[in-house]
Amino acid sequence: MTLRRNRALAIVGAASVFALAACSTNGGGGAAEDVPGVTEDTVTIGTHQPLTGPAAAGFASISAATSAYFDYINDNGGINGRQIEFIVKDDGYNPANTQTVVRELVLEDDVFAILGGLGTPTHSAVLDFLNENEVPDLFVSGGSPTWDQPEEYPWTFGYNSEYTSEAAILANYAQEEFPDGTYCMFGQDDDFGDDFEAGLLEILGDDGLAASERYSVANQDVTAQISALKAAGCDVVFLASINGFTALAVGTAAQLGLFPQWMSSSSGGDYGTLETDYLQENAPLLLENFISTFYLSLETNENDPWVEHFQMVQDEYNGGGELGGNEIFGMNMAYMFAEALAAAGENPTRESLVEAVESGAVDGTGIVPLGYSPEDHTGNLGVRLSQVKSGVQAYFGDTYIYQDGEVSVYDGGAVPFENEGIPTAE
Amino acid sequence: MTGIMSSRTTVIIGVVGLIAVIGLTFVLEPFRNYQLATIAAYLCAVAGLTMLTGVNGQLSLGHAALMACGAYCYAFTANGLAEQEIEGPVLLIVPIIAAVVGATVLGLVIGLAAARLHGPYLAGVTLAFVIALPAVTSRFSDVFGGDQGLWITVERRPEFLAGRGGTEMFQAWVAIACAAVVVVLLRNLMRSNFGRQMRAVRDNEVAAALAGINVARTKVIAFTVSSAAAGIGGAVMAFMTQSASPGAFNLFISLFLLMAAVIGGIGTLYGALWGSILLVVLPDVIGSITRGLSLSPEVAQRLDGNLAVGLFGAVMVLVVIVAPFGIQGLVRKAGHQIRSRGSLQSAPHPK
Repeated sequence: MTLRRNRALAIVGAASVFALAACSTNGGGGAAEDVPGVTEDTVTIGTHQPLTGPAAAGFASISAATSAYFDYINDNGGINGRQIEFIVKDDGYNPANTQTVVRELVLEDDVFAILGGLGTPTHSAVLDFLNENEVPDLFVSGGSPTWDQPEEYPWTFGYNSEYTSEAAILANYAQEEFPDGTYCMFGQDDDFGDDFEAGLLEILGDDGLAASERYSVANQDVTAQISALKAAGCDVVFLASINGFTALAVGTAAQLGLFPQWMSSSSGGDYGTLETDYLQENAPLLLENFISTFYLSLETNENDPWVEHFQMVQDEYNGGGELGGNEIFGMNMAYMFAEALAAAGENPTRESLVEAVESGAVDGTGIVPLGYSPEDHTGNLGVRLSQVKSGVQAYFGDTYIYQDGEVSVYDGGAVPFENEGIPTAE
Repeated sequence: MTGIMSSRTTVIIGVVGLIAVIGLTFVLEPFRNYQLATIAAYLCAVAGLTMLTGVNGQLSLGHAALMACGAYCYAFTANGLAEQEIEGPVLLIVPIIAAVVGATVLGLVIGLAAARLHGPYLAGVTLAFVIALPAVTSRFSDVFGGDQGLWITVERRPEFLAGRGGTEMFQAWVAIACAAVVVVLLRNLMRSNFGRQMRAVRDNEVAAALAGINVARTKVIAFTVSSAAAGIGGAVMAFMTQSASPGAFNLFISLFLLMAAVIGGIGTLYGALWGSILLVVLPDVIGSITRGLSLSPEVAQRLDGNLAVGLFGAVMVLVVIVAPFGIQGLVRKAGHQIRSRGSLQSAPHPK
């Protein structure tokens, strides 16, 4: 009896293995194609974004804008006759989730490239995986210098102006405008904060900061840190914080009676986001004189053809509504990928896509030059400063770039608007 | 019940299953292998938890913290070895041992406190460890790397596995090997004299003490062993993702581990297996269903991630009401019906 049952069990076991095996082999996509994610008429790419979790409110609109811009390009014939399909996966700004969703994108969805993976802590978690699998890892949304290591990570390219250069340019301005100020910093407890602080100290000197406080994304209470800033008598506070924590810092400081000159990284200094998603009717008052940086068009620019164009795409493909920094950020991202894809040839490969970016075929739509070359994978090389006045965030002064430890004025002008915002092979 | 099924049958099922699963890694897509490895990593922790809760009656919500302990011990050891330029099997195995040792020590400490506590009080204490984890890692961020966690140098796949999917296959092998060791050891422990002592303590501590069982010792040992298993699970996770971060071991993971044990069938290792499979497969299946439904992007975004959690909750409630012994209970019942139909001298179900 027992013996017969054992034999039956063994047979059932073996049979189920074969059944599973049969299921799995025809489950995978894109069998005979040589280039993953590329077919006769489509190119599939993916990204990881914080659609839920602590960073969601400030950043979830970016990938929606990127998708909208791809829809616009697809409706106008795509790139080299191919439609761009953009898969957005939620990682909740949690590096552990990023690991899983990016593996899913690369190994299961067979994406051609990863575009604009958002977050320094999150994307760091998949950097080795992507480079080991030789997946183009374009335009990472985070200003860490980690992305710019062409020898170690030949497949990865930055996008944001690096935190170090933003910080250096802000510090340079602070020294000019507030020479007698007490400088302090409030930053995220990871590479974002570390890199930003390094950039500040580069300009201000090793003892240039009276206080430097850090927050953890997991903890929504920053009273302790802001109290410490107040105790240190700070009157200029540099912010290396994501949008949600910029709002928390500014709000908590106001409650504690601290009203310094805020100088924020572009990653957490978009007035539109801070107002709509966080501070609402208190925004104009709390953020008066708030200084931030950016490297793309601002929606308040007058007579900027890119802004008008993005507003049109926003109205027709992204459900209308006001254009903000996140939308411009996301649409510029899509435009840059389209530029790279157009330059990658009739039959793009992962290699030709990376070569196209390194060849300088990508200009973007911004106000500062891009660093891409075979030796340099930096994105935007500098920033311009903006300030909030009566609830309107607008650029002022010169555009700066930061290279080799020096801040200098850039007068090359913005990228001209051509061909209805649809890149062509040059 | 388990006693009736002959020892030889279990061994045969185990060996056939192991060979089958390893064979499976050769035919599965790389992402499926990654999922398989994740199942194995969860199985280590769920198996330990199911023994602790199901067999010994101690409720722990802190197993994610114990997994994190394993992961960080793995990270420190692996990075230390890599700095000394030590590679090969040493870089693979020593960090796992370190993870077991670390989790065992932490488990012993918690276990000593746990022996004095019951039910919800114990759950509260263990819960505190999970809640405290992100605070600890960001307070001592120069050691633990803050929210970002630690980057780990791990032993790479052997040369003959080079190429697409090789890494995932290697990960699956390591994970399955670890899970197999954990399951075999726990199975032996649960069937030994100590297993009976754990059950006796679960059913009635006073009666157990009167029967000459050292109640406190039994509870501490059970907690420590269960922690060691969670530590291996954490180590496997760290090995697979090449990182140890507080976000990977949050309260959700603790709750998911417990849910897996309950839904699978609390107190049985088969149940732990079903539960672990469900933990990985269910979100994936839900994801592909919602993708197939062509929902508006906004609705799909809202459902992504949340639906799986909701469904887990619903399944959990259903299981507790309809099938209190979980999936394994249903499987056993079905097996019984088939068997009793086949033979005339069918014995009544022993309680």
